[in-house]
Amino acid sequence: MISVSMTVNGKAVSAKIDPRTLLVQFLRENLLLTGTHVGCDTSQCGACVVHVDGKAIKSCTTLAATCDGASVVTIEGLAHDGVLHPMQEAFRENHGLQCGFCTPGMIMSAIDIVNRKGHDLDEHTIREELEGNICRCTGYHNIVKSVAAGAHAMAGSK
Amino acid sequence: MSATGIGAPVRRKEDFRFITGKGQYTDDINRPGQTHAAFLRSPHAHATIKKLDISEAQKADGVIAVLTGEDLAKDNVGGLICGWMIHSKDGSPMKAGSHPALAQGKVRYVGDHIAVVIAETLAQARDAVEKIHVDYELLKPVIDMAHATDSGSPVIHDVAPHNQVYDWHLGDKGATEAAFANAKHVTKLDIVNNRLIPNAMEPRAAIGDYDSGQDAFTLYTTSQNPHVARLVLSAFIGIAPEHKLRVIAPDVGGGFGSKIFIYAEETVCVWAAKKVGRPVKWTGDRTEAFLADAHGRDHITHAEMAMDDKGHILGLRVKTKANLGAYLSTFSSCVPTYLYAPLLSGQYNIPAIYVEVEGIYTNTAPVDAYRGAGRPEATFVIERMVEVAAREMGQDPAAFRRKNFIKSFPHQTPVIMAYDTGNYGASMDLALEMADYKNFGKRKRDSAKKGMLRGIGFSAYIEACGIAPSAAVGSLGAGVGLWESAEVRVNPVGTVEVLTGSHSHGQGHETTFAQLVSDRLGIGIDQVAIVHGDTDKVQFGMGTYGSRSGAVGMSAISKALDKVVAKAKKVAAYALEASEGDIEFKDGRFSVAGTDRSLAFGEVALQAYIAHKFSGQDLEPGLKEGAFYDPTNFTFPSGVHICELEIDPDTGVTRIDRWTAVDDFGNIINPMIVEGQVHGGIAQGVGQALLEGAHYDANGQLVTASYMDYCMPRADDLPNFDIGITTTPCTTNPLGIKGCGEAGAIAAPPAVINAITDALGHEQIAMPASPQAVWRAAQKSLHKLAAE
Repeated sequence: MISVSMTVNGKAVSAKIDPRTLLVQFLRENLLLTGTHVGCDTSQCGACVVHVDGKAIKSCTTLAATCDGASVVTIEGLAHDGVLHPMQEAFRENHGLQCGFCTPGMIMSAIDIVNRKGHDLDEHTIREELEGNICRCTGYHNIVKSVAAGAHAMAGSK
Repeated sequence: MSATGIGAPVRRKEDFRFITGKGQYTDDINRPGQTHAAFLRSPHAHATIKKLDISEAQKADGVIAVLTGEDLAKDNVGGLICGWMIHSKDGSPMKAGSHPALAQGKVRYVGDHIAVVIAETLAQARDAVEKIHVDYELLKPVIDMAHATDSGSPVIHDVAPHNQVYDWHLGDKGATEAAFANAKHVTKLDIVNNRLIPNAMEPRAAIGDYDSGQDAFTLYTTSQNPHVARLVLSAFIGIAPEHKLRVIAPDVGGGFGSKIFIYAEETVCVWAAKKVGRPVKWTGDRTEAFLADAHGRDHITHAEMAMDDKGHILGLRVKTKANLGAYLSTFSSCVPTYLYAPLLSGQYNIPAIYVEVEGIYTNTAPVDAYRGAGRPEATFVIERMVEVAAREMGQDPAAFRRKNFIKSFPHQTPVIMAYDTGNYGASMDLALEMADYKNFGKRKRDSAKKGMLRGIGFSAYIEACGIAPSAAVGSLGAGVGLWESAEVRVNPVGTVEVLTGSHSHGQGHETTFAQLVSDRLGIGIDQVAIVHGDTDKVQFGMGTYGSRSGAVGMSAISKALDKVVAKAKKVAAYALEASEGDIEFKDGRFSVAGTDRSLAFGEVALQAYIAHKFSGQDLEPGLKEGAFYDPTNFTFPSGVHICELEIDPDTGVTRIDRWTAVDDFGNIINPMIVEGQVHGGIAQGVGQALLEGAHYDANGQLVTASYMDYCMPRADDLPNFDIGITTTPCTTNPLGIKGCGEAGAIAAPPAVINAITDALGHEQIAMPASPQAVWRAAQKSLHKLAAE
């Protein structure tokens, strides 16, 4: 067993864990933050995307131990005082989700796209940037709309 | 239309929990004292188990139990079942081989379940699985369906000595032969419908829990139909009687058919929970999903269509081999028969049809319903046939279709179905206009100038939804009725709980069902809760598949609401001291006709519960009504999809440039949700046509068993979709709903392939039309052009 300490959604946490524990297991099983999902074994589907030190990563292929000292934000950490993050609101407003399973990863990736590419995203850019997130329900049409709308809204909420 | 009533694009009530990470999927649930299960799966496609040694695994760290097929047999746990009996041409019943949840002496596909390890942690369970030693005697596997029934083929199940499950037919052979005898033109085509793997994003999962105090089981599972799961686990597999078995299907992350079926894993988890005296949890990983979720499609077909000299269709004959895999999954037998052949008439007036279907065992994963289930396969056949026939006869494909459209309703096809209503010409007109068909030639020339091949493809699909009239499906071999139930509970303050046997796993029932209630009772959707997915709360239900939840599930709610309003009128009559006949109900208020005396819905609800204004002898207190709705016919959504694409002959890359979808779903509750269903269906259909294909090698190893090998549609593989709607309300259910869940997946594959073959100028392209396949086909076209 090894010790890890990190900040998750603004709260300091520490635990003794099996060294092979993945970040997603640490979040889901130790912290009961079950909004982060596991949809594949090969780092393709993106249901597990969280932010580590401000960057989107796939928590299913990241050892929790490597996040020692890091600041982690999950889907549960986006809304503040009952106010949704603009990207969450955009997914709801534009029907960017159906079964909801890929949604947390989609939203975390979408915010990261905006952080890297700015607020004025064309359809082509959004579709290319979503390469690492798979959705089986929506056909992406409304996800693309959601990301574009969320990106604009994030500019307004700064 | 009120703000939250029928027809309003209301934002979904369920979304808040999903966008904030508060959804409750099965794997998010943990039970006190929970253990973890991992399965040993067969690495071989076909083998007998000579020896199974679990002793080392039993001693491994953290292991609580290692259970095998022998333990299941000792406990008299029954095998998995197929719930639809198909009879062959000669009247003999289908040959259903036994399907134990853990292998008993033989394994029949890679991924077949052999043993389960139950341990304190998942890692310990997985480690111990590797300590089980199996001595296999390898048998020659049967992988290629085309040769599975050849004499000398290895036998997969002793009950089916030639690997044939059934040899079934439908239609009038004599009349069809006569039609061909009179034909002026016959179109012939060999068609393969590629094998798909459903890939709901949430992997299947199960938690079995046993309460020794109550001698009762609870199963949390990823199911589209928890009551059907309970029925099968109880009445057939024999886990426990129904009143001692609760099945909960919480939030479910997509199904597409794959979560209808009752699988080995949930059976083992719920059984093992009693054996080990602690809850047992299993969550599949993606590899397990690829290996052991029921696959879809997988047909080989030869079809012939007869026309007169003008291009009127005279007859159709179809011969199909359907791969059913190594075992008959829950509803597998009906998919390539009654969900397929009756749809082969499409939107066309075809006087004579004859269909033969051979169901075949192979050493591959079981094949069952996947989004559309039989109807995409039928649509692919008929829509390829009409397209090719039009081209062969030198006719415009849109005009050829229009000429053969059914134009008067009701219409009885020669293959069971009686279409109640439709207007196929209206959908075609709108689709042609939206797709700017008249300028396609110019766009094609512009593409050619850039060295690109542009093509356009049509798909005028029909589907049979609203599954299904119980007596009708019973006469065709179904083991269950396919009605739906609902209960409407009005609380004393006027809020409403609707308990439904439908299950929502992405379809948005918590919103659309509430819209129906809002519309009828004149209350806001925030006053309504939709309760589903728990057999202890909802009395019974048949679940969600076959686009049935609107047409059948909501019709049951509608019927229950009628009863609620009728009872509430009686209460209002007492409360308003008027005669019942004078009570009117409109916009959420009960009023006495011709007066200004009225009560709001909530006030009447309170009166029903306090029961101060009437005697219990005259009227029962309370306001709660239930209904079972059994449809009288299938519903027949239809539409026209047009795919326009561009092929780069240098790379074989196909880019879909425009997608036009015009659909007739009858009346629509929430257009935003309906459009979303269409988008998702098209994406799966485009996936089938361009990207997805399950592939087993000659040894029966699934070589497409991860997202690195099986190509799922990504955002940059797809265009935006242009959606149009035409409406002919269904005439056979109270809401006029036809259903929309599968349309896109049914319509899309032939539209794509018709567009690719149009671009290439020849018909030889298989699905998935990958860049490599398209490049090869394009080179052939270029050579042909050069030769000309």
